[in-house]
Amino acid sequence: MEQSRIRELTRIAYEIRKDTLTAVYSAQSGHPGGSLSIAELMAVLYFEVMNVDPKAPKNPDRDRFVMSKGHCAPALYATLANRGYFPREDCATFRQADSYLQGHPDMKGVPGVDMSTGSLGQGVCAANGMALAAKLDGKDYRVYSVLGDGELEEGQVWEAAMFAPHYKLDNHTIFVDFNGLQIDGPITEVMSPLPIDEKFRAFGWHVIVTDAHDIQKLVDAIAEAKATKGKPTAVIMKSTKGKGVSFMENEAGWHGAAPKKEQYEQAMAELDAAIAELEVC
Amino acid sequence: MADKMATREAYGLALAEFGETYDIVVLDADLSKSTKTDTFKKKFPDRFINMGIAEANMMSTAAGLASCGKTVFASSFAMFAAGRAFEQVRNSICYPNLNVKIGATHAGISVGEDGASHQCIEDISLMRTIPNMTVVSPADATEAILAVEAAIKHQGPVYLRFGRLAVPVLFDRATYQFELGKGVQLADGKDVTLVATGLMVPEALAARELLKAEGIDARVINIHTIKPIDRDMIAKAAAETGALVTAEEHNVIGGLGSAVAEVLCETHPAPLLRVGIQDKFGKSGKPAALLEEYGLTAANIAEQAKRAVQMK
Repeated sequence: MEQSRIRELTRIAYEIRKDTLTAVYSAQSGHPGGSLSIAELMAVLYFEVMNVDPKAPKNPDRDRFVMSKGHCAPALYATLANRGYFPREDCATFRQADSYLQGHPDMKGVPGVDMSTGSLGQGVCAANGMALAAKLDGKDYRVYSVLGDGELEEGQVWEAAMFAPHYKLDNHTIFVDFNGLQIDGPITEVMSPLPIDEKFRAFGWHVIVTDAHDIQKLVDAIAEAKATKGKPTAVIMKSTKGKGVSFMENEAGWHGAAPKKEQYEQAMAELDAAIAELEVC
Repeated sequence: MADKMATREAYGLALAEFGETYDIVVLDADLSKSTKTDTFKKKFPDRFINMGIAEANMMSTAAGLASCGKTVFASSFAMFAAGRAFEQVRNSICYPNLNVKIGATHAGISVGEDGASHQCIEDISLMRTIPNMTVVSPADATEAILAVEAAIKHQGPVYLRFGRLAVPVLFDRATYQFELGKGVQLADGKDVTLVATGLMVPEALAARELLKAEGIDARVINIHTIKPIDRDMIAKAAAETGALVTAEEHNVIGGLGSAVAEVLCETHPAPLLRVGIQDKFGKSGKPAALLEEYGLTAANIAEQAKRAVQMK
């Protein structure tokens, strides 16, 4: 992939981070940590990989995306807004009573949201259902879903993990945001889901372990997933929770907390600086 | 049709029949021989998906299929469909108002020998409290078949409650009018109204005969759709007969009795007594013996009707 394209997708990831923070700051509520950690993935999926059209969000042949960790709605809304599904300014209405941008993704109210999620473990199962529908209808659209590493503690995830290889859903790729933190602390202290890669492999998945913040590696992982036939692929992405905002990085406290005014301004300045740095390259 | 047939049996026949006309997909959680979805599986193997023993996954997967345009039937025992997978039904299916029809069999204590762990007496209550959900409890095989077709045509989630026990076939499919949300008045009467659902409908009809012998003229209403309930028919019955008895194979808390009480309070308050499971668990035994022991009989309905008349 050309360096200029990588820089462009990186820039988009930072724009997604900015709109994510604006959403959470405006609402004074929401989940920045796990939204910031998946910004590169969201940019790669919606701006490089997925066959989607913001003008036809219900096209039956489109690729699907499910934010199984639904609390990271800010990252999804920010991505959809940047992709042109709705105005970026609307991100500032997140979680308000007069807004369509619900606290967790609502497929009936938000253009581009393919599944309502929020209750952990359910989105990945629904994504399997979408992949199964494609198989039943002989369609070649693909389904992508994102799970948190803490979400892996939900038993339903492993029901889905058993189901997808059994029905050879090679059109479904999941991404695990392996940032190591959940609300109450490190996942290894709260309830360790480790080893994640070996678990999925044992369940019959093709497993790729990669870096959540490396655009090229994400693109390569998705290409490998597409080329893998007869089984679904799990991409375990090692990530930094709160990525891109110095004081949020690797802090469990920023899982579900909103920045104050000074913090928001500092965060936006850091993200703007990162974007500016890309432009001089 | 036979004189008697379990509504689960009719469910399987209906899926196999309507599978010809409608592009339905059927999911089951390793109970296809019991829920009778195997009747569909044999005819349309490509549209039958066995989920294994994983009801939570089944409901959320059904939601994903439905989001792609499929009309999906998801089947298990009522205990696991409405109970174990409650939150998946609520969040994955009902919140986005998806086209998933839950075919829940083995509802109530007439499950018999399996005992309390498998005798769901809370499902009507659980399902009717979820926004967007329609709840149907057919009285016989004819209603069960027609309910399946109505569910397919209805946009949005439907909970269909079926039983294991063979029950009398009351209605003739050639002439029977089934409409979601509409009660069916089976007999007119002026002294008291018996409002029944499921296998308690024939008991209510029998109770009417017992009451007639004692000079009490009972109206009988069959409520197959518990949500949305036929408010007009219930309010009219309250106004015209002045006392009511509900009869259901379900806990009296949250089921048909509660639904009718809600309507009465808001329309035409009248004495109401509720025949049903009196807030206790079921147990193992022959279905007929259990129904007798728990008071789910024509005799008890008649007894309560006499009390209700006294309360006027």
